Amino acid sequence: MFNAPITPLSTASLPAADISPGATTRELRCSGEWLLPSAAQIEARIDATLKAMPPDGDELLIDAQAITALDTSGAWLLHRTRHELELGGHVVRFTGLRPEFEALLRLIATRTASAATAPPPVSGFLQRIGGNAWESLRGALGLLSFLGASAAALLRALAYPRRIRWRSILYNLQTTGVAALPITGLLAFLLGIVIAYQGAEQLSRVGANIYIADLVGLSMVRELSPLITAIIIAGRSGSAYAAQIGTMKVTEEVDALRTIGIGPLDLLVLPKVIALVIALPLLTVYTDIMGVLGGMVMARAQLDVGYTTFIDRLGDAVSLTSFLIGVGKAPVFAVIIALVGCYQGFQVNGSAESVGQQTTRSVVQSIFLVILVDALFSIAFSWLDI
Amino acid sequence: MNTAVIEIRDLNTSFGDAVVHRDVSLTVRRGEIFALVGGSGCGKSTMLREIIMLQPPVSGSIRVFGSEVIGLSDEQALPFRRRWGVMFERGALFSSLTVTENVAMVIREHTGLEAALAGEIAALKIALAGLPPDAGQKYPSELSGGMRKRAALARALALDPELLLLDEPTAGLDPLSAAGIDELVRHLRDALGLTIMMVTHDLDLLWRVADRVAVLGEGRILGEGTMQELARSDDALIREYFHGPRGRGALEQAWNRK
Repeated sequence: MFNAPITPLSTASLPAADISPGATTRELRCSGEWLLPSAAQIEARIDATLKAMPPDGDELLIDAQAITALDTSGAWLLHRTRHELELGGHVVRFTGLRPEFEALLRLIATRTASAATAPPPVSGFLQRIGGNAWESLRGALGLLSFLGASAAALLRALAYPRRIRWRSILYNLQTTGVAALPITGLLAFLLGIVIAYQGAEQLSRVGANIYIADLVGLSMVRELSPLITAIIIAGRSGSAYAAQIGTMKVTEEVDALRTIGIGPLDLLVLPKVIALVIALPLLTVYTDIMGVLGGMVMARAQLDVGYTTFIDRLGDAVSLTSFLIGVGKAPVFAVIIALVGCYQGFQVNGSAESVGQQTTRSVVQSIFLVILVDALFSIAFSWLDI
Repeated sequence: MNTAVIEIRDLNTSFGDAVVHRDVSLTVRRGEIFALVGGSGCGKSTMLREIIMLQPPVSGSIRVFGSEVIGLSDEQALPFRRRWGVMFERGALFSSLTVTENVAMVIREHTGLEAALAGEIAALKIALAGLPPDAGQKYPSELSGGMRKRAALARALALDPELLLLDEPTAGLDPLSAAGIDELVRHLRDALGLTIMMVTHDLDLLWRVADRVAVLGEGRILGEGTMQELARSDDALIREYFHGPRGRGALEQAWNRK
């Protein structure tokens, strides 16, 4: 065993390890190298041999003289065989086992009073449905109570403004706001082009070319630009929040913060929420501009509507109310994204897999909630006739 | 018994300007418990990582089981990796698998065993490492520090390695668990004939189990030998290490036991 040359572990080149009935029915003979690579083969032989054994018989001799190598796996199989035979009413004795193998076998026997493992309980269909429903409900309630705790933390912070972590807020503004400018700008610009392109054909058919400014301006400013910005930020920053806080939970940094006397909400959540509530409306204004620019470029290329004409018309088409409605939705989206991201981060429970799961969940949930709330806004505004 | 399992010759390692090893040579013989000690940041763990091919040295030669391991491709490294077991300082258990799955995964990856038999062998390794049977179904995050170490040891033993490399096997453990690990290490060597190389700070562990010890410092081997020999050394750094307040305590204890 100890001087084996370096060869890959494979059963092909191994001398057969075997167990077979001996000269009498009171005897079993073992031979060969009882090592891990041939464990499956040995197990099959043991099963076959034991099946062929007469059920009676009190004393049984296992002749282990021909065993040339034994590791813990082989010793386990020997031990198990003996155990099974003893359960069957035999009295088992080994002969010819080398002293070092005997020591190993004794070690195995003492260490494994019961190494048998019970299979984990399998849950039924109804139980799983119930479990999932309960999990979802608990998740929703948890998010709600997290919202409450964060609001309380915010009120406390407002009462003592010195406790607000300005540096952290500025850092978050940089990473979630400024650093997101290129990607949000590019996507809004492309979205403007797409809308103008789709509209151009319809409008030119009825000769209403100038209304391209209404189409692009209103749809971008009021609906699409806040939505696309929120979705990008949910994917970009919400996931980062969840992963960061989740990893901090795994490494017990969150617990460390608590012991130092710093509320994790104060340090980890509030700055992110505040920074995003500032950054997302600003980003939305920026994507408004980029989207309209995209539409303008397309309008001139496809419909011969010049830049000045477009901008003149834009002033009439997009009212201040429409603009404010669009930008006004952004802080709500910001709160949703930041809170869901942080909440899911805190739900991580110690494993690397769980960090991945909660991060995924944070993105899916925040995008879902953003679109849901956007729909609710539309219904509310149409009732209010705004 | 005197063949070398690990043979390091003229090893040089540096990170940027910081030189970690300067022409270091040492030998670990078959069947012995060899300990590498030294102050924090002296390159003990780095040497371990170089032996297990996680990090290439700048120059030098490392021979394990008689063959050079530096510069091997992953495929060439595989036969070596099947013959040694490594226990990392913080366990490095896969956090999304239970302890049994952690061990069984290694077994099933390298032998085509059925899940049932692999599970049984995994349970055996877990028992060998001194964990209670119900620990097998727990996830690493549900275990205490000492149990995690033992679970990591069970995984290192999964393939019945000939060489066991332990990084700080007792760091962060209470004295009782640490004493358990001492005993376990010696037991494993005696019963399974393992060669064990460990990196440690634990003076008690050194006195109790180490056959030979090498002290690493200032980029070289300051001294090498049994604990008794090192305790008599004249080297200032070694004296400081073994005769500091804590070193003296461990030394007295070792004497009292005799």
